[in-house]
Amino acid sequence: MARIVVDPVSRIEGHLRIEANLEGGKLNDAWSSGTMFRGIEMILKGRDPREAWIWAQRICGVCTMVHAIASVRAVEDALKIDVPENAKLVRNLIAGAQMVQDHVVHFYHLHALDWVDVAAALKADPAKTSSLAQSISNCEKSSTTYFKGVQARVKAVVDSGQLSLFASGYWGHPAYTLPPEVNLMAVAHYLEALAWQKDFIRIHAVLGGKNPHPQSFLVGGMSTAMDPDEPAAVITPERIIFMRDLVRGALKFVNDYYIPDVLAIAPLYKDWFTRGEGLGNFLAYGDYSLGDQSDPKTFLFPRGIVMGRDISQVFPVDPHKITESVAHSWYEYSDGSAEGRHPAIGETIPKYSGPKAPFDHLDVDAKYSWLKAPRYDGKPMEVGPLARMVVGYASGKKEIKDSIDGVLKALNAPPTVLFSTLGRIAARALESQLMAKQLEGWVNQLDDNLSHGKTAIFNPVRWDPSSWPNSAAGVGWHEAPRGALGHWVEIEGKTIKNYQAVVPTTWNAGPRDSKGQRGAYEAALLGTPVADPNRPLEILRTIHSFDPCIACAVHVIDAQGREYTIPRIS
Amino acid sequence: MLAPDTTLGTALTKRGVTRRQLVKFCSAMLGTLAMPDRYLAQTVAAITKARKPVLVWLQFQDCTGCSESMLRSSHPDVADVVLDLLSWEYHEVVMAGAGDAANKVLDRVAKEEKGKYIVVVEGAIPTAENGMYCTIGGRTALDIATQMCTNAAATVAVGACAFDGGLVRANPNPTGALGVHEAVPGIKVINMSGCPHNPVNTAAVLVHYLTFHDLPDLDQYNRPLFAYGRIIHDQCERRAHFDAGRFVTEWGDDGHKKGWCLYKMGCKGPQASFNCPIVQWNDHTSWPIRAGHGCIACASPRFWDHMSPFYDRLPSVPGFGVETSAGQIGVGLVGAAVAGVTVHGLVRTIWPVPYPANAITPAAPDAAPTAGKEN
Repeated sequence: MARIVVDPVSRIEGHLRIEANLEGGKLNDAWSSGTMFRGIEMILKGRDPREAWIWAQRICGVCTMVHAIASVRAVEDALKIDVPENAKLVRNLIAGAQMVQDHVVHFYHLHALDWVDVAAALKADPAKTSSLAQSISNCEKSSTTYFKGVQARVKAVVDSGQLSLFASGYWGHPAYTLPPEVNLMAVAHYLEALAWQKDFIRIHAVLGGKNPHPQSFLVGGMSTAMDPDEPAAVITPERIIFMRDLVRGALKFVNDYYIPDVLAIAPLYKDWFTRGEGLGNFLAYGDYSLGDQSDPKTFLFPRGIVMGRDISQVFPVDPHKITESVAHSWYEYSDGSAEGRHPAIGETIPKYSGPKAPFDHLDVDAKYSWLKAPRYDGKPMEVGPLARMVVGYASGKKEIKDSIDGVLKALNAPPTVLFSTLGRIAARALESQLMAKQLEGWVNQLDDNLSHGKTAIFNPVRWDPSSWPNSAAGVGWHEAPRGALGHWVEIEGKTIKNYQAVVPTTWNAGPRDSKGQRGAYEAALLGTPVADPNRPLEILRTIHSFDPCIACAVHVIDAQGREYTIPRIS
Repeated sequence: MLAPDTTLGTALTKRGVTRRQLVKFCSAMLGTLAMPDRYLAQTVAAITKARKPVLVWLQFQDCTGCSESMLRSSHPDVADVVLDLLSWEYHEVVMAGAGDAANKVLDRVAKEEKGKYIVVVEGAIPTAENGMYCTIGGRTALDIATQMCTNAAATVAVGACAFDGGLVRANPNPTGALGVHEAVPGIKVINMSGCPHNPVNTAAVLVHYLTFHDLPDLDQYNRPLFAYGRIIHDQCERRAHFDAGRFVTEWGDDGHKKGWCLYKMGCKGPQASFNCPIVQWNDHTSWPIRAGHGCIACASPRFWDHMSPFYDRLPSVPGFGVETSAGQIGVGLVGAAVAGVTVHGLVRTIWPVPYPANAITPAAPDAAPTAGKEN
């Protein structure tokens, strides 16, 4: 039995280490460890809750703004502030744009190199590549000359002997099985996506001043003042036109590149429709509504739970059932137990007990991660695009069902193929398309409000802290690109008494709990064949399919260890 | 492993970059660096003759926002920087290799490129708990930073966290986080503060280094003067409103819609130095004040503790709101910055109390900046 260690797991956000046991060519056990800790919630204590979002946003700069939105929602929930429709529209636009951009970057820049052999692209015939590209997409950039140019660029890099970002890849690994032309097409689209992502995300600059870390959220609304007649306003007719062009371009990119590429590559790796299945339990809080944020009926992505791959039933989400265990995490609870605690009464005392650096292996029978182990009703859950699509499909949400059924028909496959490494990739692509279709509608609604002089974008009733109760508690939910996100805030005497975040990647990448139940990554790796233990490409494929974000996942809850009322949800 | 005759010039020619395009790019870089055109020929020559220098980008206690910011670079295009301008051999968030294959790159570069490569650091470096709050490949961040920075030609610290510990170091600094120049003393470091750093400035520093084999002129925090030498308030598009006494007094009010000054809403522009209003963000699309929100002084030392609460108005300053005095503050700072003279005393009078007033972040073991001494 061989122990495989992958550390760093690259092409993710943050610092993740995977240890796995290989026996008979397959992984028979795995451990997921987050290896970095900052303590942002401790730092938030005592600050002004109105600025909590500025701090919390820095939990992550890849899925930037997701913690900002969850944070303002938590404080608005605590102070009972209703935000104007325009603010909801702008937030949906910022978050929706983030989801599309982030998913595209994930597919092309963080995940594609697990499937695409850059070196093999040199063997491709540009003319054949052109025919292939034209057969799957209406994309304009598909001529033989275009692909020749891309190939020449790759060749120049390879010939220079300085391979830059590609220097350390597993090129030539037997698990790379795409024809050379598909490799060349994918490399070309890697570069196209690199150019597109920075262009499209200018929508965040319009609505937030910059990306990463847009700076326009306010507790009570948004700072993006609207006025049809003031050129110095933030949202103006001219900027509406600019944003409309950007969101149309996004839908075109998703339709011309992302979806066709996923549909072209997936059938060439059919084995991965049965690998990387994992837990089969899915949790989505739901999001993207212009209505009451606690009314899931209005959500584009529904709220719900699917257990044991049974899509005939969707269970409601009861937030009281969320707990976090530290049995295998480098924390302790003040009462000495390691059992799961609800975030509202959670506490964390960081206490490293792993090996001294430099080390070769973690003691996986003891504590081995800076991530906690969140559980729902005691069970580990998967969150993220696949969870959203499975819950949406099982809920009978028409747009989601049509989208998934269309792809399943094209692939001639049953819904069970969703529960796999490729299923996660397909779900992410499909939800990008669903979201990209929504964006223009939100721009148009904003335009409509602007031209009718409906410009309210901030609710001032609770801006002045003297209008606040002495103590208040709230929760903010969001469906971030990587899944279900919740922030809990407790305010006392105008400052933050306690701040907590339960984050998508904590659900997925967390370690075992006190019962020894594996987290989602750990479960998904079981049974995965690994051809070459020194080049464990197969591990990367499944782990990357979750789109890890470890900076998000590692956090600390600093509470007084006493109970208070758990904030309302729905 | 490098073909000695391979230069960036031949690489660019091979991929069809014309000399005209190259000159345009170099010219844009000089613009950002605020350097006269007479350096153009030298810059073009350096870019075309240099063999691609190796760059490694290390990530420690970070949010990856500074990496993402670099990916938003438009002029030069990010693909040009990563593939053509430099040999970008290690960068966890985007490189192909993982695990051992990645770790070997660091060892190889430190050995074979000793004294020649550039290292970029993103994120703070934890020093408490023997550094175990951040490990990569079983090694601590401090261990890796020490190896890679001491063997490099120069270290570029991008973002607030690598500059001075940033948010991670904010009170109560649970992990003993430090900026790279404090965690690894004695190295040649240039600080690109900001949350995140602005990729326009970082690209310009890299081009400057490729051209002159040296760093541009720096201020007292080792930040390039071309980017950090001027006060935001003096470059702000809303400055005329400040001078005329036209202020936003409530979010969403008429003044807010008309783009009036955000000083009363807590804007820290009057005591923040950065070229944010000029270079802006995301291909010059906008910047935070243009989006209707005050500046949080994200490029200033220890801004998280010293510039918050972010919605509190700057303390009453004698003469503030009066055109001449405000103007004099700006002129004074620019003059001092150009002369390379520190301006501690002046700004200290503006902002005497750190936040939280009664809980200053514990000082680092060395001469870490503390309230009142800096900014």
